[in-house]
Formats: sequence, structure tokens, C-alpha cells
Amino acid sequence: MPEETTSKPTRNRDGIGNTLRVAIAVSLFCSVLVSAAAVILKPQQQRNEDLYRQTIVLEVAGIYEAGGDVEAQFSAIDTRLVDLRTGDYVRDIDPYSFDPLEAANNPELSVNVPAELDIAGVRRRAIYAPVYLVRNQGKVTQIVLPVYGSGLWSTMYGYLSLEPDGNTIRGLRFYDHGETPGLGDQIDKPDWRAQWSGKVLSDESGALRIEIVRGKVLAGDGAVHQVDGLAGATLTGRGVTHLLQYWMGPHGFGPYLQKLASGTANDG
Amino acid sequence: MMADYRKVLFDPLVDNNPVTLQVLGICSALAVTTSLLPALLMCAAMTGVAMMSSAAISSIRNYIPNNIRIIIQMTIIASFVIVVDQLLKAYAYETSKQLSVFVGLIITNCIILGRAEAYAMKHGVGMSFLDGLGNGLGYSAILIFVATMRELFGAGSLLGYQILPLAGDGGWYEANGLMLLPPSAFFIIGLLIWLIRTLRPKQVEKPDYQIHEVHRTEIL
Repeated sequence: MPEETTSKPTRNRDGIGNTLRVAIAVSLFCSVLVSAAAVILKPQQQRNEDLYRQTIVLEVAGIYEAGGDVEAQFSAIDTRLVDLRTGDYVRDIDPYSFDPLEAANNPELSVNVPAELDIAGVRRRAIYAPVYLVRNQGKVTQIVLPVYGSGLWSTMYGYLSLEPDGNTIRGLRFYDHGETPGLGDQIDKPDWRAQWSGKVLSDESGALRIEIVRGKVLAGDGAVHQVDGLAGATLTGRGVTHLLQYWMGPHGFGPYLQKLASGTANDG
Repeated sequence: MMADYRKVLFDPLVDNNPVTLQVLGICSALAVTTSLLPALLMCAAMTGVAMMSSAAISSIRNYIPNNIRIIIQMTIIASFVIVVDQLLKAYAYETSKQLSVFVGLIITNCIILGRAEAYAMKHGVGMSFLDGLGNGLGYSAILIFVATMRELFGAGSLLGYQILPLAGDGGWYEANGLMLLPPSAFFIIGLLIWLIRTLRPKQVEKPDYQIHEVHRTEIL
């Protein structure tokens, strides 16, 4: 085959008419290609994301067995829906089909977060939230709560695992965020995450004290509420502090945590 | 004719390698080569995009107006990159999370735009496709080599399987932590360029300038 060259007669290839025609044709073709790929692959991607979130729930609870069937492991966890206003479980909605982030856009299923309480930049949230009860021989051993809020650049989505007393932290893990690679994304580092285990949300007076400090935690009576700051990630750390304080506070899971602590959650 | 195909396909592997001779695409070569699996995926993604975009650009090369040719090339490349990114998110989710932004950054990989501009705009569809494939493979060869070295000596494993038993786990191999840091990729690529140019002296560039040697009689 002789090498084809650009010898083809090009009638006014650089004219304005041809320029517009080619630009529009290429744009149309490319947008159809991109949209088709996005739409066709969406269900599979959604499934991957769900599986990944379930893996994170299992990991934050410390019961994930690598390589095992995630769905089977996850089905052992009792998923419930909590009404954040009262702290009671909701029974008439299927917790598996309820998507709190989608519900936050539904006027009937969401409330505005009052500006003075909105330290985490949540703005609007669903009135219900899923909670994941980890049981061992029928007894609840851990409660995993979804939390999210603004970091430096992005909304950070994660899970917090608590002891049944609703006050002692077992673990904190984020599954989605867009913080600076190398700085803010140190919140994913295993040795930093390990510090959260055993930290306590509120002191005896009930005041929410959990926070990320600047630098290292100093020994003292506050140390049990504090976690080391991350160098170069002060604002991301502040975001994590704020989102915990919001979601564990009176406008977040506060009422539910109180019922847990007093043992009056309508567990049935 | 056969020789033409062979030349287009195999020249970029060593004789005209986009990474070691043209020194392009270094950024992603540093970023995704800490272990072999993401590197393999990145190679597949990059080669796929190079083939498809070269062929697509070549097929409309006689209609592309000269003054908007770069933006047309970029649009086509970007579309294929998005398709590949979506495919990875659907079928290789875990690894695509490790690759994070670097799949998207294939758009700015100079190798692909370079081949589109230098080759696909002037040659037929079939040859451009082969040229894309060849350059993708040339890039892949370097990435796979670097990733193999880094994972083997940095973590003692390949594709996650332990090859050299680590001292930390009771073996004899003390893992070289430097291998897992970005500079080691620079060292490995640098040594590789040295090796190739020693074996093929034709690739050695002429010096841009020469330091003037001062004879002691010139100093007053």
C-alpha cells in the first residue's frame, strides 16, 4: 500500500465554514462517545462503589476479612435507619434502599442545618441516617455511623465506629475525599487512623471535646479527647474535627447517642 | 512494505523509544511505578488511548482545519481518555483508585499528542494505528521495567506475591525504602538511558555547547 499523504485536494479547508463544520462534528461525536460510556458503565461503577463503602464499614469495625465475600460479610451487620430528630429507629423505610445523600435534595426528607450549627459545611441533610449495628451473638458490640463534612477542598465522606456506650471511638475511616495528595490525604494513613481507637467523644459533663490538635497530643486529662494533627494538613484536620462535632452533636446523632448511652433506644 | 510496518511498530521499543530517547511521559513514569499492577494497567490505558486517538485523528486528517488542529486532537484524545477511565472504574475499581488522577492525566501525556501531531496528521489510518500501538508499547516497556525493579527491590514482591522474603517477616532481604519513593524512578530511568546509549551510541546527543578550555598562557 503506498503511503497516503495529504495530497487530497482540500477545497478551502481552513475556511470559516469548514472550521465550524469540523468543530461541531468532532464535538458531537466525542460527546456522544463520552456520554454513552458514562451511561452504559454507570450500573457497574455504582456496584463497585457500594461494595467499596461496605468494605470500609467492615474495616472501620475491624471485622473485614480480606479476600472474602464483602456482601456476605456485610449482610451480617444489622443496618437500621435512625430518625435524627428523636434518635429513634425508623421501621417503615427500607434502610438498604435509603440514600441519605440523595434524600438531602428531597425537600420532604431533609432539613436545612442552621447556619450557627453548620460548622461542618453540611448545609442540608436528610432527616434519617443509616446506622450499622455490629453484633456478636446477638449483642451489639459496635455502632458504625456515617459522617461527612467539608475539608479544605472537598467534602469528606467517612464512617465512625463507636463502642455500644455511644461515646468511645473504635475507628474512623474516610471512603471519599478530594484533599491534597500527600498532605490532606494523610487522613487515610493507617498509623494516623490507629490513634482514633479508644478516644472519647464527650467528657463527664456531656460536653463534646473530641478534636484534632496542632502537633502532638500532650499528656493531660484532655488527651483522651485529642488526636495528633497532621503536618501540612491543618485545615483538613479542622474539617475532620468539625464534622465529628457536628454529627456527634445535638443536631446530628446526639439524640440517638444519648438513647444509646442510657439504654433506652427502642431496640426491637 | 512489510518492513514499513515493522519499523513503525518496533522502532519505538528501543531505537526511537518515547521515554528513553525522546524523554517524554516521565511524569506518569514516576507516579505509577511503585508497584507492577497499577503500572500494567496504566500501560494498557495509555496504549489503548494512543492507538485509538492516532487512528481517529488520522481518519479525519484531511478535513481538520489547520488553525484548530491541536484543539481537535486534544478533544479526541480527551474523549478516549474519559472512556478508558470509565472502563477502569467499572472493571478494575481497586487499581483505578490507586491510579487516581494519572489516568485522567494521560490527556496531557506528550507522547500521545506528539504522535498525533507528528505522525497521525500525515499518515494513513492503519499506519497511524500501528504507530500508536508501537509508541504505547515503547512506553509500556519502560514502565514495566521500572515498576518491576521498584516493586521487587522496594517491597520484595511482584504483583503482590512475595519473591524476596523480607527481613521484617523473618527472611533475609532488607527492603530498600528509597525504591518506593519517586526519585528512584528517576535513577532507574537515568541508568536505563545510560545503558541504552552506551549500547547504541547513535542515540547520544551532540553537546549543546562545549566549555572553552583555557590554556594557562591565556591568563594574564
